[in-house]
Amino acid sequence: MITMKDFKTEKATWCPGCGDFGVLNALQKAAVDLGIHPDDIVVVSGIGCSGKISQHFGSYGFHSLHGRSLPVAQAVKLANKDLTVIAAGGDGDGFGIGMGHFIHAMRRNVDITYVVMDNHIYGLTTGQASPTSDVGFNTKTSPYGTVEAPIHPIQLALAQECGFVAQGFSGNIKQLTQLIEKAIWHKGFSFVNVFSPCVTFNKVNTYDFYKHELVNLDDDDTYDPHDRSAALARVTGRENVVVGLIYEDTTRSSFEDATYGFPEEAIAKRDWALSREELAELAATFR
Amino acid sequence: MKDIGWKVGGKQGEGIDSTGEIYALAMHRLGYFVFTYRHFMSLIKGGHTNYKIRVADDMVRHHGDDTHVLIAFDQATVDHNWGELVDGAIVIYDQSSFQATPPTAANVHLFGVPLTDIARETGGPIMKNMVAIGVTAAINEISPEEFRPIVEDKFSRKGQKVVDSNMEALRRGHAYYQEHFQVHFPVPAKPVLAAGADHLYASGNQATAFGALAGGCRVLAAYPITPATEIMYWVLKYFPKYGGVVLQAEDEISAINMAIGANFAGARAMTSTSGPGFSLMMEALGLAGMSETPVVIVDVQRSGPSTGLPTKTEQSDLNEALYGTHGEIQRIVLTPRTVEECFLFVADAFNLAERYQCPVIVLSDLYLGMSYQSIAGFPLDRVRIDRGKLVADADLVGLSPFQYQRYDPSVPDGISPRALPGQPNGRYTALGNEHNGIGLEVEDLETRVVQVDKRARKLSGFKHESGVSVDGDANARFAFIGFGSTYGVLEEARARLAAEGVIVKHIHFSRVGPFPTEPLHEAMAGVDRALVVELNSTGQLASLIRQHAGYHDKLASCLKYNGDPILCKEIISRSHEVFPAEVLNA
Repeated sequence: MITMKDFKTEKATWCPGCGDFGVLNALQKAAVDLGIHPDDIVVVSGIGCSGKISQHFGSYGFHSLHGRSLPVAQAVKLANKDLTVIAAGGDGDGFGIGMGHFIHAMRRNVDITYVVMDNHIYGLTTGQASPTSDVGFNTKTSPYGTVEAPIHPIQLALAQECGFVAQGFSGNIKQLTQLIEKAIWHKGFSFVNVFSPCVTFNKVNTYDFYKHELVNLDDDDTYDPHDRSAALARVTGRENVVVGLIYEDTTRSSFEDATYGFPEEAIAKRDWALSREELAELAATFR
Repeated sequence: MKDIGWKVGGKQGEGIDSTGEIYALAMHRLGYFVFTYRHFMSLIKGGHTNYKIRVADDMVRHHGDDTHVLIAFDQATVDHNWGELVDGAIVIYDQSSFQATPPTAANVHLFGVPLTDIARETGGPIMKNMVAIGVTAAINEISPEEFRPIVEDKFSRKGQKVVDSNMEALRRGHAYYQEHFQVHFPVPAKPVLAAGADHLYASGNQATAFGALAGGCRVLAAYPITPATEIMYWVLKYFPKYGGVVLQAEDEISAINMAIGANFAGARAMTSTSGPGFSLMMEALGLAGMSETPVVIVDVQRSGPSTGLPTKTEQSDLNEALYGTHGEIQRIVLTPRTVEECFLFVADAFNLAERYQCPVIVLSDLYLGMSYQSIAGFPLDRVRIDRGKLVADADLVGLSPFQYQRYDPSVPDGISPRALPGQPNGRYTALGNEHNGIGLEVEDLETRVVQVDKRARKLSGFKHESGVSVDGDANARFAFIGFGSTYGVLEEARARLAAEGVIVKHIHFSRVGPFPTEPLHEAMAGVDRALVVELNSTGQLASLIRQHAGYHDKLASCLKYNGDPILCKEIISRSHEVFPAEVLNA
């Protein structure tokens, strides 16, 4: 049986109280609940405070480049489909430098889970405006308040017909764990945005702010997470305060299922050597 | 060796490519050795394009300096190619659409043939290309029927009627020429091919793709770019059958990171690109180096910098391949000289990448990549799969989590065995941060030095083929030095100088990193003067040789960077300037 002990690593280096501890905890709990052994998981992260998670999670990991967790993670999955692959990033990592990959990962629909630790600030570089910072937010690089409109990751994901869209809060580990479990279970690309407060550099989007403001869609029986336009209508204008399973489409084929000739057996586990006859047959196509 | 140079030219989009393909393939299938070169532009319609086919009775590795027969669909073709016509050359122009005028006085037969009008009578103006091939058959003194197998190959899917009308167009063109003109350029006598030898027709890009498949590559992540896209096409055709996946990435940054991810997971993965894409890959190249993840990158070079000349050739990414990315990493840079080596080197690149756990860059170029040519088979028997040091499951038994030292610095050769995700007890995090033995990010100064030295040891013990070839007289006092795709033209230049009585040896690099210093010293023994021939404006190879091996007083450069492939006569002419006259005349 898999337990939390199996995921024990050295203590994370985040600031005490950092929201990322909650995300790490929820991710590990989800893996335990789903009974996935850490040897069979790969966590791929980018750069930033969020990037440390691949070293702290306790599975195989790839702490890749700033913004590039998604390309690495998608290819890990395609190379070995037997692995559970989680890409993890931050709002700067994922929605700034790595934004292009996010859109295209949703198009491609490889069966991985993408968890973004969204704290609306650049933490590791000690407090600059991020792509999700609210207009007027004061930081070291926006001393007069940010003037750029924030990215709306949830609405973007809905617009791009992402097959699984959820938003969680690292102050509610129970719900976050459930959302991540559903995301891993989902066949195809799944996206979980997590409000993960930065206790050191963001004095606006704090635990108290979220506890006071959050609206939980999972508690709303009238909400149908299978209706994309209803989901869009529901989050537009309040994306910053909505949590829960926002949208799921189980009808879309994953990249693996949709790709002609995609191998049944994990590529990494196969013997690739071609026989002399196969090589000769291929050479003969050049006559 | 006897040869004939044939060229067809016109506006892009009017079937020049398919005309060239049909002629080239027909001559190849007849048993000749062909070499093709496509001159084209980065647009879909309009602009001058031409297709040069050299037909020879022996192996040729260059498209040749001369044109004997030129088919011109517009005046621009006449003007653009006038200078390379041999004395007594034949120019066939499409009299239906223009009256050709000679740009300068020259001994050239300018023959008008109503190509389009004849085509209209047989099925439509689009068949003017087949009429032109018929005219060529007459000039070459070959029966139009010799083209039937190719015509059937190309058009039988569209029905017998299309085949028949194409053959009719061909016959009419042949008859028209026979009736009106008496000048001929017969193709040489058919070569006798070696018994059992294959006679294949391939481009460097196709050979690269085939090499990847043969070498065990089953993940290709790439972004379309001239002149490398053809690699994707070939792989897309065969991967489904052999169980691989092609990813058309959103950009080259994604492409290389995908290739790294797949290699980390235990597959063999590659990315293929050209200069602009290669530039975008620089940061990830460092990631592969630092995380010790194998990855193969094929750079089919084109004229740079920036967008440069997207449809023209160059060898100017040498420095980038050797030095690109910030910081210092270990890497291997291979420079295949021929189509056969594109196949073999790419297949072997995966072995080197896994054996040394570092990026392997294969530098091809537009000229090698896109030129189709006849070859005597691929070196299939030399393909091996060697996965380097992988941790055996048994070696991990009993280890507690994070005991396994992925980056164990105590390994004497610096190459610490890799675990693959999914292996029990092998967990570690690959990373671009400096790290300790178990793959934990650290910033302590001692570990830093230990790990830098560990990685450096991997290539200090590099063992592979010499990386330098020598052709010709070992005692020659003159030498040509080149790398990659210029091998063929340098061999021809060497033969031409030998015919003049000038003995030159030809030193050629098939690998530039790790630099084969010792083999170069051996090759340079007895050389007084060496001409370094390369397609860039700054003499990157010459600088590299000076840096590693010296010879400051012996090296002269022959550079070309206008985008066209270098010609034999350009090398000869520069040789006459560089090799001292008293020795030349001795």
